[in-house]
Amino acid sequence: MVSTSENTTVGKPASEPMLPRLYRIQRVHLETDDTFTLHLLPAQDEMGSSFAPGQFNMLYVFGTGEVPLSISSNPSDSPLLQHTTRAVGTVTKAMRRLGRGAMVGIRGPFGSSWPLEQAVGRNVLVVAGGIGLAPLRPAIYQLIAQRERFQRVVLLYGTRSPEDILYRQELEHWRGKFDLEIQVTVDRAASTWRGNVGVVTTLIGRSPIDPLNTVALVCGPEIMMRFSVIELEKRGLAAQHIYLSMERNMKCGIGFCGHCQFGPLFVCKDGPVFRFDRIEAVLGKPEV
Amino acid sequence: MMHSLESIIREHPFFQGLEDPYIQLIVECAKNVRFDEGKVLFRQNEPADHFYLIREGLVAVELMIPHRGFTTVLTAGGGEVLGWSWLFPPYRWYFDARALEPTRALAFDGKCLRTKCDEDHDLGYEFFKRFARIMTQRLEATKLQLLDLYGVNV
Repeated sequence: MVSTSENTTVGKPASEPMLPRLYRIQRVHLETDDTFTLHLLPAQDEMGSSFAPGQFNMLYVFGTGEVPLSISSNPSDSPLLQHTTRAVGTVTKAMRRLGRGAMVGIRGPFGSSWPLEQAVGRNVLVVAGGIGLAPLRPAIYQLIAQRERFQRVVLLYGTRSPEDILYRQELEHWRGKFDLEIQVTVDRAASTWRGNVGVVTTLIGRSPIDPLNTVALVCGPEIMMRFSVIELEKRGLAAQHIYLSMERNMKCGIGFCGHCQFGPLFVCKDGPVFRFDRIEAVLGKPEV
Repeated sequence: MMHSLESIIREHPFFQGLEDPYIQLIVECAKNVRFDEGKVLFRQNEPADHFYLIREGLVAVELMIPHRGFTTVLTAGGGEVLGWSWLFPPYRWYFDARALEPTRALAFDGKCLRTKCDEDHDLGYEFFKRFARIMTQRLEATKLQLLDLYGVNV
């Protein structure tokens, strides 16, 4: 069964959503110069928590602080969790300094998930920008695991340069599959790069999809998502078939604190995955 | 399967919706070309006497930057158009272009097309409408590239 936000058996946070559970770092994998993936296993509760693709956890570096991070691992590998992040703020820089065996606190999983059940029988167009590939990765695992339930599966991935490509080996592996179409583009490259150069939105126009029978899953910087939606709509995709994963300043994760308010919605509780027509009115509004 | 030049032009997204009499006019300026991987299509400052409708393959538009070497500015693949310098004086290329993969394209003679557009302004209008759309798309894409979207502070 494919996990979705409507699924009641997976993706529920622990009964005490404000109480972090201890996880031990099994491995720290450097993805790029500034981006890394933590591999984590529960230190106490051997069962861990199942999650749905697209959900996030709050990761607590003791003595430093807490940050929301999308889950980037394969849901089937539970209780193993992976979180990919860039070392940019106080907490993620401290996280980057942690090594194998170190402990972190985890609350979650929180939020809505990618609508894979609604995509059954349709084409799935995955559009990822930069580190936005991380929250989409669990969905890609599930699409591959249940490949026969979907029609064409296309991944369009854009990032800054060839050196910034995430999950490089995995992308190569996926590219080798006959039933998965993958296009990677970079914003800039030396002439040694043999692939596409240009923003990821340019790939949408070239993509061989039937707009009337396609669900698009989009994640990346907000501007990239807005322009991706424009291109998707130009291709004829309806707003109710486009899903975006939004990012705001999540703190409590359960819709109490209001830090992640997004118009009438809370990103932590109502999102982070939203159907486009539900956020169309507030997306891109400077006041929101 | 063999395709006539006319059918290739008609099926290419760039000329979608162009009326048949115009296709018959411009086919006289077109020829089939293919480029092996690594082959240079044109170089900066050379006369821009063609534009290309790419049918298959991938072409890199490059710029030589001193001390950095060739940098790829964009790539154009199947279904896309390459080159508008043939439309405007001084009719010279501003960039280099090189095939990254074996590439098949239609090459249009710029001088031939300019003459036809001068003789028939409705045809000229069709060309400028289509190239204006391409220019707008490229400009928008360039703006996004300049924003460094995937940088830390975006």
